[in-house]
Amino acid sequence: MSWLDRALGRSKPPPPDLDQLFAVPDAALTLESAMGIRPTGLGSVSFRAAEGGAFASVANDVQALLDADAGPKVERSVDAFGYTWLLVRREPDDVSGLVTDLHAVNATLQDNGFGPSLLCSLVGFQTSAGARLGLVYLYKRGTFYPFAPSGEQQRDNALELQVRGQLANDLTIEADLARWFPVWGAPGT
Amino acid sequence: MARSRYLPDRGLSARMAFTMFLLGLLFVVLGAVLVRYLGALGLILIAGFMVAQWFFSDRVALYSMGGREVSPQEAPELHAMIDRLCALADMPKPKVAIADSDVPNAFATGRTPQRAVVCATTGIMRRLSPAELEGVLSHELSHVAHRDVTVMTVASFVGVLAGFLTRMVLYSGMGNRRGNDSGPPVVLVITLVSIVVYALSFLLTRALSRYRELAADRAGAVLTGRPSELASALVKISGDMARIPTRDLRQAEPFNAFFFTPAVAPGFSLSSLFSTHPTTERRLEQLTRISTELGRPG
Repeated sequence: MSWLDRALGRSKPPPPDLDQLFAVPDAALTLESAMGIRPTGLGSVSFRAAEGGAFASVANDVQALLDADAGPKVERSVDAFGYTWLLVRREPDDVSGLVTDLHAVNATLQDNGFGPSLLCSLVGFQTSAGARLGLVYLYKRGTFYPFAPSGEQQRDNALELQVRGQLANDLTIEADLARWFPVWGAPGT
Repeated sequence: MARSRYLPDRGLSARMAFTMFLLGLLFVVLGAVLVRYLGALGLILIAGFMVAQWFFSDRVALYSMGGREVSPQEAPELHAMIDRLCALADMPKPKVAIADSDVPNAFATGRTPQRAVVCATTGIMRRLSPAELEGVLSHELSHVAHRDVTVMTVASFVGVLAGFLTRMVLYSGMGNRRGNDSGPPVVLVITLVSIVVYALSFLLTRALSRYRELAADRAGAVLTGRPSELASALVKISGDMARIPTRDLRQAEPFNAFFFTPAVAPGFSLSSLFSTHPTTERRLEQLTRISTELGRPG
């Protein structure tokens, strides 16, 4: 946002950066070889549903598009904060297919002018010990951060920081730790 | 192709820019008069006031309302709401505070986003649904993004200086000094200029404050994509505000400029010209328009 926009009070939500998501398959390989963390085949997109008919019809289009191919349907849910989550399921090994599906959601929303409504995307992983890990993508920043819920409102910061170290070469990791906000109970974790 | 549904309000931007221009002009006029008649003393006066107000502005609303910073563990819902809004808006997360007051209100302080504090009263959290509270928070975050504390501090500087001069010149011995030659007495010139500047800048800062409220409403509604929730919060709060006991409200009134809705005593009717906030009708009308824009089929 330029100083002029600030001075005139014209801020608007920034457009999302969609392309970074395609770096996830490489990151998944790194996680598996270095730490034994495997993808679960679950991924989700979270967006802020705007009110009105236009958004509702776009959201339905997105779901229809993803449901069109064979395989399990996309699951739609709304969290406690009013954000919509679309959960996509693929085979655990098919991370690139998963990312393509997530990208389809993003592209459809953006083409219809709702790109600024995208909050984050999440790709699910699991450690060999069974602990869950989500790789969260922040659309507005174009950055990733790990989120490892380890219980009710508890997160495993040690694991998260370890993952950050491993992925530093594969992904743009969010440098500001204050922006690693928790997504408790997000579909896909 | 990707396009934006969020149309800027050019009329509002233009009015805002014009108001700021006029305020700047007033400042130049007052400054020129001071330096012309008081020389170095005039410069020192101006600089001193600027510095004092700059530092005073930062947290005044927070202290006055008794806001207390809360950790994510103490207020997980409030923090989570703000986390998400900041991620949507791509802005650094401000500190989060809660004021233990039944006046239903929320405000943002801090000159830069890094120093910002967003504060909600227990009264507002009790009365509003989560979606409505989110609307209010996005309005406050827009104030932060627009640096409204800075803008209003700078804007009100002319008025504060002029008001101070009016009083000081009247009560002090500065009037004993004469102009250099046969010019008019210093005291008369400065007093007259100060009074005029004060009156004009009062109207202008109030107008600017109203415009910035509208801009924050607009940006907030666009951020959440739910203008109607903000409208509903507005209706609830403005209805509630009138039912609050007067005593509390009088204490709250000096800090209205930072509030989500002004606290006015019942039956208190100021001309809309003097008000820091636009009328609820005006705000609702804008939100309805945004809602229609959002709902238009692509």
